[in-house]
Amino acid sequence: MSKVLLKVDGLKKYFPIRKGALNTQVGDVKAVDDVSFEVFEGETLGIVGESGCGKSTTGRLLMRLLEPTEGEIEFAGKMISDFSNNEMRKARRDIQMIFQDPYASLNPRHNIGKILEEPLIVHGMGNAKERKQKVLELLEIVGLNEYHVKRYPHQFSGGQRQRIGIARALMTNPRLIIADEPVSALDVSIQAQVLNLLQNLQKDLKLTYIFISHDLGVVRHISNRVGVMYLGKLVELTASEDLYAEPLHPYTQALLSSVPVPDPTFEREQLIISGDIPSASNPPSGCTFHTRCPFKKEECSQVVPKMQEVKPGHYVACHLYDALQHSMI
Amino acid sequence: MRKKLLEIKGLKTTFFTDDGQIPAVDNIDFAVHEGEILGIVGESGSGKSVTSLSIMGLIPSPPGKITGGEILLDGKNLVTLSDKQMQKIRGKDVAMIFQEPMTSLNPLFTIGDQLKEAILIHHPKWSKKEAFARAIDIMKLVGLPRAEELLKDYPHQLSGGMRQRVMIAMALVCDPKVLIADEPTTALDVTIQAQILQLMKDLNKRLNTAVLLITHDLGVVAETCERVIVMYAGQIVEEAPVQEIFVNPKHPYTQGLIKSVPDMRYKKDNLYSIPGSVPKPGSIQEGCRFAARCEFAMDRCVQETPPLYEAAERHKSRCFLLEKQEVEQHVESVIES
Repeated sequence: MSKVLLKVDGLKKYFPIRKGALNTQVGDVKAVDDVSFEVFEGETLGIVGESGCGKSTTGRLLMRLLEPTEGEIEFAGKMISDFSNNEMRKARRDIQMIFQDPYASLNPRHNIGKILEEPLIVHGMGNAKERKQKVLELLEIVGLNEYHVKRYPHQFSGGQRQRIGIARALMTNPRLIIADEPVSALDVSIQAQVLNLLQNLQKDLKLTYIFISHDLGVVRHISNRVGVMYLGKLVELTASEDLYAEPLHPYTQALLSSVPVPDPTFEREQLIISGDIPSASNPPSGCTFHTRCPFKKEECSQVVPKMQEVKPGHYVACHLYDALQHSMI
Repeated sequence: MRKKLLEIKGLKTTFFTDDGQIPAVDNIDFAVHEGEILGIVGESGSGKSVTSLSIMGLIPSPPGKITGGEILLDGKNLVTLSDKQMQKIRGKDVAMIFQEPMTSLNPLFTIGDQLKEAILIHHPKWSKKEAFARAIDIMKLVGLPRAEELLKDYPHQLSGGMRQRVMIAMALVCDPKVLIADEPTTALDVTIQAQILQLMKDLNKRLNTAVLLITHDLGVVAETCERVIVMYAGQIVEEAPVQEIFVNPKHPYTQGLIKSVPDMRYKKDNLYSIPGSVPKPGSIQEGCRFAARCEFAMDRCVQETPPLYEAAERHKSRCFLLEKQEVEQHVESVIES
């Protein structure tokens, strides 16, 4: 078993809702509500969920681009959730992020050379000559050319811009990369190119990825393990093959059966769940999925289900498996 | 064979810009038959949305203009109609739903006002009461609960899925013959997408409305459409029944596209990817527009533009490889090398 690189325990982020002239707090949006997981060195952990489930907020909390309300984040043996801002800035050398919209995340006034060099300057790495060398080296690694150094972001296509975003994330030789919907803005044929690039880089540079996406096909392709989020909570976490072959949580089952499969001969039973995702400012009591769950029991609306290991390495937060858990013990 | 409802012949839509004339849609032919769901797939810049806007007469002019071809709805050429005549057809005979329901609904008016407006424009003699009754009927038809109350709500009070249902209701309120849906589920989450696609399939069966579904998602096409058109750089490159296109794709672009979608059901070790990127519209004048990215490209591909060949019954593909002898010779030489 490989080493744990990142350990998250009881992570919470509540955004206050303020109202009125006095700006009094009237409630919280529970964007991330008690999420715990581990990421092993060299693996890709996928995080999937629909909009508003808290997957992007989780990514930002891990880098402390947002301050967690509660919870611990341990990276490579260090408790980074206790770091000061200054310490955290240094720690970000090892944790880098790739964003969804490569155009919005590249400064339009800087050329590519400058964009790529900046992380090195921030972290005080190398002299001018070494930095230039490193920029050229990474451009080649992500499949761009030397002459691109002098160009500006608008002169590139979407796929190329995402390659620049990836190169920038790799400049400081990070150990962990958090990729937040890195291929969602790209066309299918370009998406495949970027996914392959990410996979090859992982192999060559021994990177660890947290891959956040709403696309279940993409997540399956790239991840070793997958966590499913719903309304700020992690509801299921297991190895990628197990999750897709035998999803246990009713939400995961519904999610998987909702994805259109590019094969007209494929027949399956569709479990179409009714209703919409409830608001995170006023989440349902008990299990947050009980309002849409076809297997709802009485306790589901009262007791919050705990994450439990139902099978080796397969965690699920659902009351349907309480009995199973007891019989195992 | 079912009757052709909508027939597009040699349609060419050009945008006149500072950088010159850009043919976004270049000489396309296809037909939508009664009661069918026809899909148009393509990546950004393929011309699929421009095609739908051309049919609706909604190409912004300037800079855009339909510079050639005919759009025949029940034998009537929509291209030659005046704006006023087109207004009578738009929403009544051909209706459209868009990708982002929030930006296509007016935030200042209630759902009821907007539905009634659509009804009264095409039925000026109806009373408000009749329009109201029709609005409630159509809301129920698209599966919206509490129809009476919802009519008093404003768009921002509804969720994304409900807004898209309202858009579908509005499009269907005058019983159109053809419904054009431009990426109707792209902005929605998968569980909501499944609901909306199911609704569209049901309505197509119950009302026999023909649907032209425009999407970039091959999964959506496989699950909803009967026939598929694949577009690339403003041209149709392949057209076939949905089974055919997935099981037996003929055009190298279609083949590459299908191979590059990650499949949720099993893990592929390495994802196939088409090299390069989509050419800028108007940048290719001669030859096959896919040639630069095609692994089977021959000298001929850059010199001549391939026509649409009949690959099988109801299956067309724009590729020289479909010329029989050419195929055999070429495949042999590729294998040898």
